Amino acid sequence: MTVNQDTITSTSGVDNGVNVEALLGARDALADAPEIAQFQWRSTVSWVNGTHSRADVETFYGFCEEQRHSKSFSFDMDHPLQFASQDNGITPAEVVLVALGGCLTAGVAAVAQQRGIQLRSVLATVSGEMDLHGILGADPDVRNGFSGVRVDYRIDADATPAEIEALVAQSQKRSAVYDTLTSPTAVTVTIS
Amino acid sequence: MRHTSAVVVGAGHCGLAMSRCLAARSVDHVVLERGDVAHSWRTRRWDSLRLLTPNWMTRLPGYAYRGDDPDGYLGAPEVARLLADYAAESAAPVVTGTTVTSTRAEAGGYVVRTDRGSWRTRTVVVATGATAVAAVPARLAQGVPAEVVTVTAADYRNPDRLPPGGVLVVGASASGVQIAEELQRSGRPVTLAVGEHVRVPRTYRGRDILWWMDASGLLDERWDQVPDLLRARNLPSMQLVGSPQRTTLDLNALAALGVRLVGRFAGVRDRTAQFAGSLPGVCTLADLKLGRLLDTLDAWADRAGIAAGPPHRFAPTAPPVPAALSARLGDGGIATIVWATGYRPDLSFLEVDVFDRRGAVVHDGGVTASPGLYVLGLPFLRRRKSTLIDGAAADADELAEHLLGHLDALPRRRAG
Repeated sequence: MTVNQDTITSTSGVDNGVNVEALLGARDALADAPEIAQFQWRSTVSWVNGTHSRADVETFYGFCEEQRHSKSFSFDMDHPLQFASQDNGITPAEVVLVALGGCLTAGVAAVAQQRGIQLRSVLATVSGEMDLHGILGADPDVRNGFSGVRVDYRIDADATPAEIEALVAQSQKRSAVYDTLTSPTAVTVTIS
Repeated sequence: MRHTSAVVVGAGHCGLAMSRCLAARSVDHVVLERGDVAHSWRTRRWDSLRLLTPNWMTRLPGYAYRGDDPDGYLGAPEVARLLADYAAESAAPVVTGTTVTSTRAEAGGYVVRTDRGSWRTRTVVVATGATAVAAVPARLAQGVPAEVVTVTAADYRNPDRLPPGGVLVVGASASGVQIAEELQRSGRPVTLAVGEHVRVPRTYRGRDILWWMDASGLLDERWDQVPDLLRARNLPSMQLVGSPQRTTLDLNALAALGVRLVGRFAGVRDRTAQFAGSLPGVCTLADLKLGRLLDTLDAWADRAGIAAGPPHRFAPTAPPVPAALSARLGDGGIATIVWATGYRPDLSFLEVDVFDRRGAVVHDGGVTASPGLYVLGLPFLRRRKSTLIDGAAADADELAEHLLGHLDALPRRRAG
């Protein structure tokens, strides 16, 4: 089973490029076959040199079978010159911010489409506060990760301020990355 | 084996309302009750609990509130007394002290077995309530250290029964906010774990919020017309308390009392409770939802020409920034956890194939796919008010009518 991308139809004439009908159809299909909802997302990350590594993403599992992106995606991660690194890519911590902004913004578009709200522009500014005492092991009371993350939206749309607020709130409610960041997640690291 | 046309399981407000509606249609029936009438109101409510609905809303088929405090809120013993009086007044055929152990479909009808004999019946109405069992998230409960005392909202009675020390109340719907307030006032430091919730003021523009919801027709919204029924049926209860002072018990009020607000209880690790970082998000959601409710009520008041105080809005919820993300369990930290994480029905006696894969009964407005088997009193069964006492009358009336139609369509059994 695949989510059909062909027909982006809307009785309201609103088009944010999201096929809401297909997504809602997928939700209905889940009721009959809950196992199709079991997904696995994957990446391989290989070390290049120094703090530079490269992540490749191509396959995933879902709808009861192996799936594939339309092509392989590659991301370089490194640290900036200020860390005595080569700056071949953004830091892994920044990737987390990128993921959060991407997930919430996709949600804003989907919810807007479903609610018949035409978007003109959406800009999320994502920032995370970090105290380097943590990762440098200089202060055991400081955590490694972000002490807080902020997302600020600027949205131009055919909607009232209250409707736009509701879009952003609903997007948080249904975001995988927001949930992964705000709730504890079991992480298992092994060697094979 | 005794015979009847209808067995109603449970003599709470729903079962008694159904009995009244069946009697009005001359359907011979029996109401089986494991304890006394209003059993749960006698045994499964904390001491200070009052109804969330004002007295004038305590309406049942053929009954309206006659007391001198229409705007007050009945306590649990008063509800039990009221229902006992109603059962007597209705001459309801209640068989008390009789626990249903199984219900099976058999020969075009049902066999209902109890600990005191069996009944063969052509129809069954399950009215055992939406709140029979406290729903506790097993994954979280497993991780709680043994020395932490845990109690559900159904088992909680009063602060004196709990040990001294910190309390974590999990869940910020009606039960959670009420218990959190009572425990905080008892001198225990309370942490309240807040997930998605429904914020409403007790009064708005000088009238009870339930007056607004009732008068504007919101509570009469039907299950077959609401856009997302699944969501409507899973909505948490409103943050309300029925106090003589008609106080609003929202998160701001609790924070002002000193209750520590944290995000959803999300995990336990190394004897530490972990809370989600989504508290500002769920507060914003609830504030927006409240704003939409008040917009709807104001628009209706305009159209209907309602005389009430001027429209106004409530201060946004102000969660602590940043909210705590963890709390120590035991060891001078949290000594008690109160699970106010909702309730679910207990239909384990129902051995009929009417359940979905998660064990929830499947029904269309109370009518199951098994002919002659009905359920009553579940969330948004036929209307938004289906779980309120005031919701029983209309639902029971319509289902009694359906039940009568089913009986009429069956081949008549020979008498004797």
